[in-house]
Amino acid sequence: MSPRYLPYILILPVTLFLCAFFLYPFLLVARQAFLSDGGYSLQNFRETMGYWKFSISLQNTMLLALAVVPVQVSLALLMATMVSRMKKGRDLVLYIWTIPLGISDLAAGIIWFAIFEQSGFLNSMLTGLGVIDKPAVLLGYQNPLLVFIAIALAEIWRATAIMLVILVAGIGLIPKEYYEAAEVFGASPWQRFLRITLPLLRPSLQTALILRVVLAFEVFAVVVALGGTLFPVMMGQIYSYQFDLQNAGGAAALALVVLAISIAFTLVILRALRVPKGATI
Amino acid sequence: MAEIQIKNVAKAFGSYTALHDINLTIADQEFMVLLGASGCGKTTLLRIVAGLETATTGEVWIGGRRVDHLPPKDRGIAMVFQNYAVFPHLTVFENIGFGLRMKKLPEAEVKRRVERTATLMHIEQLLGRYSGELSGGQRQRVAVARALAMEPDVILMDEPLSNLDALLRLEMRAELKGVLAESKTTAIYVTHDQVEAMSLADRISVMHQGRIVQADKPVAIYRNPAAEFVAGFIGNPPMNFLPADPRGDGKWMVAGQVIDGPTHSGALKFAIRPEDVKLGDHGLPATVRLVEPLGAHLLVTCDVGGTLFRAVLDSDLSLKLGDTLTLTPQGDRQRWFDPATTLAVA
Ligand SMILES: Nc1ncnc2c1ncn2[C@@H]1O[C@H](COP(=O)(O)OP(=O)(O)OP(=O)(O)O)[C@@H](O)[C@H]1O
Ligand SMILES: [Mg+2]
Repeated sequence: MSPRYLPYILILPVTLFLCAFFLYPFLLVARQAFLSDGGYSLQNFRETMGYWKFSISLQNTMLLALAVVPVQVSLALLMATMVSRMKKGRDLVLYIWTIPLGISDLAAGIIWFAIFEQSGFLNSMLTGLGVIDKPAVLLGYQNPLLVFIAIALAEIWRATAIMLVILVAGIGLIPKEYYEAAEVFGASPWQRFLRITLPLLRPSLQTALILRVVLAFEVFAVVVALGGTLFPVMMGQIYSYQFDLQNAGGAAALALVVLAISIAFTLVILRALRVPKGATI
Repeated sequence: MAEIQIKNVAKAFGSYTALHDINLTIADQEFMVLLGASGCGKTTLLRIVAGLETATTGEVWIGGRRVDHLPPKDRGIAMVFQNYAVFPHLTVFENIGFGLRMKKLPEAEVKRRVERTATLMHIEQLLGRYSGELSGGQRQRVAVARALAMEPDVILMDEPLSNLDALLRLEMRAELKGVLAESKTTAIYVTHDQVEAMSLADRISVMHQGRIVQADKPVAIYRNPAAEFVAGFIGNPPMNFLPADPRGDGKWMVAGQVIDGPTHSGALKFAIRPEDVKLGDHGLPATVRLVEPLGAHLLVTCDVGGTLFRAVLDSDLSLKLGDTLTLTPQGDRQRWFDPATTLAVA
């Protein structure tokens, strides 16, 4: 067999798999998004994007991502640097820090709901300490900011570890000789972080950021558990079009909107963190 | 003034002792070469001086200041790493200027120094490239330029020219020596190339298995090796050794010949460099085993009393295998070693 074709033959099975289970359904969804009343049009997009809840849920989704992702990046970088410096017990710490990864997002939402609800953990603690005299409704329409904070906290708790894992692996790949050279040539620990770790971590940061940002746009279960209908987000809208309103075309259109936003952000991240041509990292 | 003193430095990695009780003083502006076989601890010693490794015991002083608790950047040193450690995400210019920018020198000064050292290392046309776009030898010169640009009191170089071709190495060697002499820098230079060591060094420290066996001027190391190891390590081909039996009163029986030597109890080893024997009427009887023409000379490997013995002889001689010769050792070049201690006996 000609070696020229070998690579293509080897990737054939996975290509077929992806076509059957990703590309084909995706094309179906795309078709559905543009199909209404038996013809192709932008009707579904006009309808869903014109609805009053669209802008508020888009805004909420963006705000949440904006609040959560930078905190997660900073935390993950800090934790990854700390873990990488540890000589002993580093695996144990890493396992503990990544426990939230093993918990589904709905379960995570429920855990945090148990903390914040009226008969929950936080209320009992505050009353027990005498800070408040009786349990308060924390996650109600009266406290939109608190709802937002609770959701952001749950998201940070739940999904920082995925970045951490990627960044720890990335930092592990940076040869220690670069740090030694930087140290000899006068770089302080902070300068070493800025001038060696960050630039050499760009490929891992790219991956971690793209993953997190895209997942942040898909936030759903945590929001449902903690905010219910108080905090509409994009995924919630898609869900209600599909299942409450039985409007599959509308759901498909919104799904494509989220996809477009995700792609746009991915491109921005790739561009912002690109490695200069010729530099091998 | 940057005299380096290494006092009783030892280094253990777990149960393995890489350095045993090293004592070495390197004078201000001296060019000291550390010479030794692979794995003898050269890099480890250099890293201890640099502050990248902590000595298990002992002290390091630079310029009259005890530095072993100071971080590398406060020791007034620059270093050329054995594996270069040229930053892959920075251009050659940024690499050479890295330390200068850390010191917050004005940008004009950074540019001036980067260009000067790059020209010196013949890499001025590569300033815009990344390290991934350089050859091994070019990368190595970037590493040297980066250290030189710092204009440090002390420069530590770990095999800085090992990856250059012979011609370029010769040229760089001369330039390096010139620049360092001009800038009055104290240098420690690691190599396992003895020719390089001989040509560059003010003094050579020969290391063996984590110890400094001898530290002296190149000629002294060559002429008066302090130990059998040095005699066998320095010189190509190395020194010849023959067993010597005592005959009393400083007389020794070497390969059936009586030779004058030191007074010493017990057996000794007689040693002589291959170029320090002549063909003569009396001396060591030798049978030719191999003749290798080296151009100016003949390298003749013989059998002397059952021991292999090399002699460098005039290339006009016509010798063939099995010929018997009489080799006369030059009297003032004979050396004696005690096999029990492996040290030289005067
Ligand atoms: N971090 C370390 N952990 C354990 N052993 C080490 C470590 N660094 C060096 N060694 C050991 O110490 C000894 C000396 O190593 P070193 O790197 O100083 O040798 P070297 O003289 O520089 O050799 P080369 O000429 O090959 O560079 C070696 O046997 C090496 O295996
Ligand atoms: Mg070494």
